Amino acid sequence: MATQFDVIVIGGGPGGYVCAIRAAQLGLTAAVVEKDKMGGVCVNIGCIPTKALLHSAATITALKHADDLGITLGEVKTDYGVAMKRSRRVAEQNSKGADFLMKKNKIEVFKGVGTLKAGKKVSVKTEAGVQELTATRAVVIATGSRPKDIPAIGLAFNGRTIFSSTEALLLERAPATMAIVGAGAVGCEFADVFAAFGTRVTLVEALPRLLPVEDADCSDALARAYKKRGITSLVGARIEKAAGQANGVSLVVEADGQKQTLDVACVLVAAGRAPNTENLGLESVGIALDRGFIKVDGRLQTTVPGYYAIGDVAGPPLLAHKGSREGMVAAEAIAGQQPHAIDYSNVPGATYCHPEVASVGLTEEACKSQKLEYVVGRFPFSANGRARTTGETDGFVKIIRGKQYGEILGAHIIGDHATELIHELCVARTNEYTVEEVELAIHAHPTLSEAVGEAALDAMGRVVQI
Amino acid sequence: MATRVVMEALSPTMEEGRVAAWKKKEGEAVKAGEVLAEVETDKAVMDLVARGDGVLRKILVPEGQTVPVSTLVAVIGTADENISSIAEGSAPAPAPASAPTAKVVGVAPPPSARPPAPPSAPADGGRILSSPLARRIAAEQGVDLRSLAGSGPAGRVIARDVQSAPRSAMSGQPSAISHQPSATRGVQDVPLTPIRKTIAKRLVQSIGPIPHFFLTSEIDMQAAWDLRAALKARGEQYAISFNDLVIKAVAHALRLHQAVNAWWMDDHIRYHGDVHIGMAVAVEDGLITPVIRFADQKGLSAISAEAKALAERARARRLAPEEYTGATFSISNLGMLDIDEFTAVINPPEAGILAVGRIAEKPVVVGGAVVPRRMMRVTMSCDHRVIDGATGAKFLQTVKLNLENPLAMLL
Repeated sequence: MATQFDVIVIGGGPGGYVCAIRAAQLGLTAAVVEKDKMGGVCVNIGCIPTKALLHSAATITALKHADDLGITLGEVKTDYGVAMKRSRRVAEQNSKGADFLMKKNKIEVFKGVGTLKAGKKVSVKTEAGVQELTATRAVVIATGSRPKDIPAIGLAFNGRTIFSSTEALLLERAPATMAIVGAGAVGCEFADVFAAFGTRVTLVEALPRLLPVEDADCSDALARAYKKRGITSLVGARIEKAAGQANGVSLVVEADGQKQTLDVACVLVAAGRAPNTENLGLESVGIALDRGFIKVDGRLQTTVPGYYAIGDVAGPPLLAHKGSREGMVAAEAIAGQQPHAIDYSNVPGATYCHPEVASVGLTEEACKSQKLEYVVGRFPFSANGRARTTGETDGFVKIIRGKQYGEILGAHIIGDHATELIHELCVARTNEYTVEEVELAIHAHPTLSEAVGEAALDAMGRVVQI
Repeated sequence: MATRVVMEALSPTMEEGRVAAWKKKEGEAVKAGEVLAEVETDKAVMDLVARGDGVLRKILVPEGQTVPVSTLVAVIGTADENISSIAEGSAPAPAPASAPTAKVVGVAPPPSARPPAPPSAPADGGRILSSPLARRIAAEQGVDLRSLAGSGPAGRVIARDVQSAPRSAMSGQPSAISHQPSATRGVQDVPLTPIRKTIAKRLVQSIGPIPHFFLTSEIDMQAAWDLRAALKARGEQYAISFNDLVIKAVAHALRLHQAVNAWWMDDHIRYHGDVHIGMAVAVEDGLITPVIRFADQKGLSAISAEAKALAERARARRLAPEEYTGATFSISNLGMLDIDEFTAVINPPEAGILAVGRIAEKPVVVGGAVVPRRMMRVTMSCDHRVIDGATGAKFLQTVKLNLENPLAMLL
């Protein structure tokens, strides 16, 4: 087996494996060092299995309202264990898909833990022993991140009653009660899943609203939808302490000036992730960190030439698609091309709860704090024909249009299929189409996308369908 | 399937490479991994290896020629394959070998960043690749898209390119680059003239070790405007320039604020009792700062006459050394070139310089009503070792008062 490659990537997640493929496409020899399964957190214990479970959850909700559609069912019974096992199969298939892509692109995969050495060397600790690899061009660090716990308030992971998303994905049955600490994308998605499987869920968020990075209008709409479905949200909440009991956890939470005690079977801590920068040999090579993440330039090179970093380990936003794009840019830079630096304001956000929330660009608050002059265009799905046909009329499309030039400052969608609908506006914003160009495109009828066209019209003061 | 052989980036910093020697001849069989050519990079001579098997069908870059990274340099194919579609229309943009003795060295790719993006369209009205947002901003700001080099995909002009467009890209302004792609004009290496060397040395001395800070003030020049008009109406011999008024106002203020009328002498500060004002004058290949001595003791007409004579002699290169040394404070005025405001570089050992912008009519709120007034922005650069913020600000306040009430200078 060869031990010398043009590019060595440490980490086979969505950043790392895409980087290796792009390098191979450009005629470079590439190797990936992965300590577990190909596909990383995203494929195995992140994006993919959670979406499989969310599909189960959405189907449960749909079946509970099937009478109205002319379908008579008996009692809808749910089994989280079965849904979990299906999500594992889906994850497994995706991981195998990544394995196949490595073979197809003739990328060598080393199963083991990689450590950086000076001189663009990587030592890989495998079951068979230690292997020394050498990169002729560059080493790419794509080691990702892991869930963070909060031991200071008694929320240290124990894997049983206090756990992270990883353990939640492997539960055999849905617990009776659960507190979810952190109402970001991960917290909100798990709240959706477990509520559908009968768990009494309480979301606890320190910031004043659900999905704090999204536009406040989306947060409010989601909070209303969750309330209707019996999910309790405690926002602006401070957890004083958590105490373990034999069969659960007791949380003392202060919200709205009131102190209350939550007794729950388990706590899912979804309050952020920590970059995997430890035991990597960063210090021995002299690679600098910036606020805990690896410091990189516009082409993802670290402070040491010949060493690149991409994905979660290279800084926020901690999103798979951001990591993949960084992987491509890094590979192109390493191959001697001149890739465009990534415009991070064009990285979309997507949360697959029900209703879905998706966005690109600035929130309205950000526009305000940057003192931008803007007009908001808005269109509710309740006025959209296609949405009425499915009964999924919650939510809206909101487009923030620059007053002077008509540029898309930001776009926010909450509703059924929002995570798919956002891409029309991603294409537009990335290519600097103004709101006028979005409206100029003829939107097929009847589609949910018509709501995007109408929101564009509304931003120009001439909405038609409302 | 033919393989394109491109100039590869053989070192992380390599932007271009010179084909030192071809190791294979046209028609010779090559295998992947074999050395095709020796390439001289910015660092060393390295091997360019074949990335595919076949016959070296065509060499596109002769030995000795330098080309940017990614340029097609040769084609590998089967013996009978038609490679014309690959080899043609891709003649490399030559980057000439460096020629230190030649004055004009032609077109070289920029030493950094991406390969040169030519202006997005030729002057013949061909299609301009540009984003809708870029077009809207350009239309609103009167920027000629044709003159811009796009930094987006495939040289597309994007909003950022328009926003950072130099004034010369404004349509309606005569501009060389708006009619001719700059890439064809080459570059010219000109040895430093002694004056240019001195300017460079002095300015580096200044901006390097001097802890600068800047104070900006907007001055209502309506009264000065009226005064100048009134004087001019009396006859040509009474005509003064705004620059003369500024010199007078500054000299008058320096008299009152001796803390600003000072030199930094490394181990001490020298405060001057007399006021000698240096005024920056643009000359053919640089600038020089003739000095109006005892400016605080001179009347406007004397200042005006002296400034005019000194500027003329400066442009004719006839200044005696004592006429451009010894200033205690300087003024640089770019108002006549339509500059709104700027910062000027301190001329050591002086501790301050005033940068004067143009006078423009602007809406100003006076007593609750918006009225048009003639406004001028001045920015003072201060050597913080000599002048503190409040000291400089008080001086500038007096300058402003003087110009807003020119009669006060008579007191």
